[in-house]
Amino acid sequence: MREIVVISGKGGTGKTSLTAAFAALGDSAVVCDLDVDAADLHLLLSPRNDRTEQFISGHEAVIDPDACTGCGKCIEMCRFDAIRQNGVGLAIDSRRCEGCKVCVAFCPASAVDFPDKHCGEWYVGDTRFGTLVHARLTPGGENSGRLVSLLKKEARAIAARHGLSFILCDGAPGIGCPVISSLSGADLAVIVTEPTPSGQHDLERVLELCRHFRTRACVIVNKCDLNPRTAQEIVSRCETAGHEVVASLPHDEIVFEAMLRGRAVTELAGSPFTDTLRSAWKRIIMLSEMGREAHVPAMNQ
Amino acid sequence: MIVSVASGKGGTGKTTVSASLAWVWERPAVAVDLDVEEPNLHLFLRPDISWRKGASMEIPVADPAKCTLCRKCSELCQFKAVSVMGKKLLVFPEMCHGCGGCLAICPEGALSSGRRKLGVVEGGRTKNGQFLSGRLRVGEAMSPPLMREVKFLLDAMLESSGTDAILDCPPGVSCPAVNAVMDSDVIVLVTEPTPFGFNDFVLAVEAFAPLGKPMGVVINRAGLGDSTLHRYCADKSIPVLCEIPYNRSIAEEYAAGNVLAAMNPWLEGLFAELRDNVIRMARAAGAEAAHA
Repeated sequence: MREIVVISGKGGTGKTSLTAAFAALGDSAVVCDLDVDAADLHLLLSPRNDRTEQFISGHEAVIDPDACTGCGKCIEMCRFDAIRQNGVGLAIDSRRCEGCKVCVAFCPASAVDFPDKHCGEWYVGDTRFGTLVHARLTPGGENSGRLVSLLKKEARAIAARHGLSFILCDGAPGIGCPVISSLSGADLAVIVTEPTPSGQHDLERVLELCRHFRTRACVIVNKCDLNPRTAQEIVSRCETAGHEVVASLPHDEIVFEAMLRGRAVTELAGSPFTDTLRSAWKRIIMLSEMGREAHVPAMNQ
Repeated sequence: MIVSVASGKGGTGKTTVSASLAWVWERPAVAVDLDVEEPNLHLFLRPDISWRKGASMEIPVADPAKCTLCRKCSELCQFKAVSVMGKKLLVFPEMCHGCGGCLAICPEGALSSGRRKLGVVEGGRTKNGQFLSGRLRVGEAMSPPLMREVKFLLDAMLESSGTDAILDCPPGVSCPAVNAVMDSDVIVLVTEPTPFGFNDFVLAVEAFAPLGKPMGVVINRAGLGDSTLHRYCADKSIPVLCEIPYNRSIAEEYAAGNVLAAMNPWLEGLFAELRDNVIRMARAAGAEAAHA
């Protein structure tokens, strides 16, 4: 079973639209939306959700006003500035609480409760391209890294149960917790970038992250005609560093049109854009079969 | 006044708006990049960086000679950063959230204070103001601790000079994004009138509305899509502060690394209007608070 994760560093480069296209091209896959902060893949795949699960992760501290003596030990111990005077007594600001249990452990009056925290929901549904595993983190919630791990575990179990050969994941923007969780155990990262200063800058950082975790990475330059010179620069730098550029795609209205119609780009009538995607997908499958990076070349600085 | 520029979806134009707003801001201001995972504001504002410092957080370091394997630390730790395996106390520094609990609870003094590198913070000046930015170390998972460091330095800057701040925030609606906007006076949400943009915009409104701060929206790539977004904003009484039209020349200007407000008088006027609307919104909220 192979795991392919589409990431980008920079948001808005087209990860989700391309993931949907690959989901349409690849049969025998479980599709997974790991951008739990702002999941959008379901808008194109329209899953019929047959299962909803609650995501409970960690705890949050709650002060029992009847038991609290107002001694202030918790304020002194809390490193997250989460405990405030609220006029009546001490109270925890749940938005700042890290769920670390220090206030619970050190309260001399044992006045702090530590209930489980409900952080969102996750779903497994059927789509026209196979099973979709996705989630909705409670807005303002946390532990997106844990939720990402949970979704991947579920996707692996489904793939194993049905004898499917790969898992295709739409990742989150950035290089932090959710992205690191997305890369864990991945056979191939497909990095979608764009020829803009931000796109180029974030690509370098996300490639560095892939090297850090020894994940094989290939690149797609989307909207390559917005700045052909930068696009060319990205292509040469990637190839010098041994990261294959599997496609350069023009800025095409077809992507937006597909989004409006709730379709994958490849489901719309044929165009050069979709032909390029088809050959990119073939390369991605081949690269994912090569196993994890043993030797990782460094980018030329 | 602190203005946060945020959005649920990545790539809607937060940095474009932050850079242009900083460009047309008339009062002294600090432009701050809080998107520490992927800081990009400097690419447009091109500041002269005059200082740079490493940022780190406290983590435990184990002294096996002193440890009696009592497990008090591992029972307290919620993040699996300290655990006893067999006859050995193990510390996993990358899992540590820096709560200090294990250091305080160990009866034997077997845990001492160490540091984990988070990244760097740098500052300097742009054409018309100050600049401050955080940059997360590649491989570091947690952005909130570095963001806290950036905000701590920002507070010092704001106290000393009475200036305003414009914060370019990370995308999304989870802890880093909410952390970023928590101390601001006004939230500017940047979105685009596409199905993805709208879906993530609704999530962002859900995440930020409970903070009770004045909130307005900038519609980027206006002209795409339909009227769903406008109707939703009208329903929720979220003012549309400005609309940036969808056209290829704007996209190309962005791709060339230019500040939109500096592109032509019409765009400069558009962002000046945004600036005035933001100031008006902050004043109205301040006035209401004063009357409350």
